[in-house]
Amino acid sequence: MTVAADTFVEAQIAEPRHGFRTRWYRTPAFVAGVIIVGTILTLAILAPVIAPYDPTKQDLQNILAKPSSAHWLGTDQLGRDVWSRMLYAARIDLRVGFLAVLLPFVIGTTLGAVAGYYGRFGDTLVSRIAEVVVAFPFFVLVIAMVFVLGPGTRNIYLAITVVGWVSYMRIIRGEVLVAKRQEYTLAAQAAGLSNPRIIVRHLLPNVITQAIVFAMSDIVLDILLIVTLGYLGLGIQPPTPDWGTMIADGQTFITVKWQLSTIPGVAVVITGLGLSLIGDGLADLLRPE
Amino acid sequence: MNAAPLLDVRDLRVELPLSRGTVHAVEGVSLTVGPGEAFGLVGESGCGKSMTLRAIMGLLPRPGQIVGGQVLFEGEDLVTASPGRLRQIRGGSIAMIFQEPMTALNPVMRVGDQIAEGPQVHLGLSRTAARQRALDLMRRVGIPDPVRRASAYPHELSGGLRQRIMIAIALSCDPQVILCDEPTTALDVTIQDQILKLLLNLRREFGVSVVFVTHDLAVVAETCERLAVMYAGQIVETGTVDEVFRAPRHPYTLGLLRSVPDFDSVQDSLSAIQGAPPDLVLPPPGCRFHPRCPFAQEDCISGEFPLRPLSAGRATACIHSDACAADVARSPVVVDV
Amino acid sequence: MDMPAYVARRLLQMVPVVLGVTILVFFMIHLVPGDPARTMLGVHASPERVALLHKEWGLDKSLLVQYKLFMSRLIHGDLGNSLFYHVPARELIFDRLPVTLWLIGYGTGLSILIALPLAAIAASKRDAARDHVVRVVPLIGLGFPSFWVGIMLLLAFGLNMGRLFPVGGYGTGFAGHVRAMFLPALTVAIAISPILIRSLRASLLNVLESDYITTARSKGLPERHVLIRHALRNAVISTVTILGVNIGYLVGGTLVIEQVFALPGVGQLMINSIFQRDFPVVQGVTLAFAILVVIVYLITDIVHSMLDPRVRFE
Repeated sequence: MTVAADTFVEAQIAEPRHGFRTRWYRTPAFVAGVIIVGTILTLAILAPVIAPYDPTKQDLQNILAKPSSAHWLGTDQLGRDVWSRMLYAARIDLRVGFLAVLLPFVIGTTLGAVAGYYGRFGDTLVSRIAEVVVAFPFFVLVIAMVFVLGPGTRNIYLAITVVGWVSYMRIIRGEVLVAKRQEYTLAAQAAGLSNPRIIVRHLLPNVITQAIVFAMSDIVLDILLIVTLGYLGLGIQPPTPDWGTMIADGQTFITVKWQLSTIPGVAVVITGLGLSLIGDGLADLLRPE
Repeated sequence: MNAAPLLDVRDLRVELPLSRGTVHAVEGVSLTVGPGEAFGLVGESGCGKSMTLRAIMGLLPRPGQIVGGQVLFEGEDLVTASPGRLRQIRGGSIAMIFQEPMTALNPVMRVGDQIAEGPQVHLGLSRTAARQRALDLMRRVGIPDPVRRASAYPHELSGGLRQRIMIAIALSCDPQVILCDEPTTALDVTIQDQILKLLLNLRREFGVSVVFVTHDLAVVAETCERLAVMYAGQIVETGTVDEVFRAPRHPYTLGLLRSVPDFDSVQDSLSAIQGAPPDLVLPPPGCRFHPRCPFAQEDCISGEFPLRPLSAGRATACIHSDACAADVARSPVVVDV
Repeated sequence: MDMPAYVARRLLQMVPVVLGVTILVFFMIHLVPGDPARTMLGVHASPERVALLHKEWGLDKSLLVQYKLFMSRLIHGDLGNSLFYHVPARELIFDRLPVTLWLIGYGTGLSILIALPLAAIAASKRDAARDHVVRVVPLIGLGFPSFWVGIMLLLAFGLNMGRLFPVGGYGTGFAGHVRAMFLPALTVAIAISPILIRSLRASLLNVLESDYITTARSKGLPERHVLIRHALRNAVISTVTILGVNIGYLVGGTLVIEQVFALPGVGQLMINSIFQRDFPVVQGVTLAFAILVVIVYLITDIVHSMLDPRVRFE
């Protein structure tokens, strides 16, 4: 079939689509989430511009200071400005969190679509490997990999990718298994469209919404992971500030200045809340009635 | 049918508020069922017949609500009855059989216990007495080796046996009316026949009234005395099975009857009713069937179309029902009754 | 099929997974380019230590031989010796296992106590006010770093409220354990509760909206009877499944919580070994965790099949 004929045939095939664009601003959860995450993202992106101090600059004359006009959130145990550190920590934690879902998303979605659609040996192989990966507690495997590969952001991405693709694979595979029995798939096959084309142009747009919704909660998971690695000293290395290391540092001084450990945690919670709201809102919007 | 009706539904209205709009699932449905009668409620999927049954029992799925009308059972209005009273009526006076016995039976409970449950609660029978009764009922509904079968789980039984269990459950507290929601649709054709014959026999034996909801005209022809035809949430024709099937007086009924393939004679083509059922959020104005009706005229496009009596117990919502009669006179409807 | 046959079949199905686990763990050291031994021991390792490791692991031989070596030792329960403590890694792990198991069990119990009632309240009246209130909990809770929760609990209860709960350590005797581990277990519970509440609520709703519940109501049974006799058993089945699925997450979480509360468990062993570059122990602990999770999956499956008569008849 020629390309023109393919496109014509596809135009005849009716597929379920979702009225996303008309409805997004009417879902309060989604809007609230966008506002929260948008604000934090803006602050993080503008950190170099709006941070009053260099986050690594120490001022040993002025340690553990109370909040003041000079230091909005006070200073930490080495006299560094907490607010500036918060901004820069947001920068790195958010960046790594968002980027870390990309590869698992792509790899998992591809594997899931192929496994679900073609089935048989490929499916068995991918599913077995997934079972093995899942046998490990997510966190333990990531830590082990970080240990093997060494700390640093690049290895964190690698570790998360090796472990994180499984969820996407399972979601997409499940959706494809259902979708390939739907009428629009049968119609496309009956019209003689090639399998890869069917997968990419017809199945994927309909099933990928589930993966996108999951990706939102996955970002939260990844941020938590990075922050936890930071707390353990296995994540983002000093002198770059990170919410996790800030909480770890602050734990020693908890009786003297409890805010050092509390505030970064609150930041993580708020970020998580915003992302969860977006995820829930998306799930509502993208679900057919 | 001269006795006072057992079940008298008057102008029932059911709505489902959904986010895309309110679905008017049942719009002014009225029907009566007498004691010991077999009544059929016919229509295609989505016409509101199941909703009507559920509304009678007060078991509408969320977010459905009854927004008008009455459901009189022995003179008592169930719509305004207290939840406690409704509970008493269910099972004890009115029972229901569902379409899909696999999901309608509790998967983790033995079937014998599920039959015995009703009598224990409603009739206050002891465990042993209820058990005995369950075995007895299983025998009556034709389940071989009831003692062994009673300790089985639903998934261990065939579809036909499961439906017999459902029937046994329905009979367990001696109700006066049994509502059947597509009882044979999910079964093989051969089993269908058995179940229908069973229901008819039981009706004679126990003297219950049976309301059959189905889309299958053959089932109604075989089992019912009177019937009502539903379309898009409304009743469009009522009468005895004989009258309605031989001389339909509503274009929809005519269309339904003509679209049933006749295996005894060769036809040039299968006829079907053109078009599709309307969206019940925004139904067409006037007669809801008019967009698909071959006899539609100007005055069908607006106004209300309640049932108009033709003779005793016979009614139609169509104001041009003579056109139907003429059409039938020209080419009679052949139905295996 | 009856129970022993089912268990045997499940055990057999686990074998490829366990095998895969060992392969993955084995390959951990080979993921790194260059000399694995040198990478493990660090840049400043002495040539003698590197040579020792080479010999111990047979790094000069082919991969297949190395794997066979690895597996044959594994069968005998030999996970290698700790480079730091110079005792078999297995000993270290078994020493500390009780603490971690306590934490897991205690935490799971508390999490059910928290999550199940909340989920039931939410599911009892869908979309009512109480449902919305409960649904907010996972929304906020999913973003809570578990270790931070632990620190906050320490702040609130351990440090400020005097001697109510000790701030670290394992305690002695059963009662001592219960008291000492309360805050860490509570942290575990709070960390996993958001996910549990969500899943439990969804499955409870599913049960309550099932056809057989409608049937039960159509029999005119009292609502309480319907809930207890029909809904509950099915709900328990899905609860067991949900718990099983999330156990991996829970177990991973204990790792960092042991750090927060300075509990001498397997997780703390792993973290310390990472900093001490004690590879055999890290490898051993990773394997131990995986085996633990697989065993938990198996137990969940068995309990599920005991409760659900449909399962055995596949």
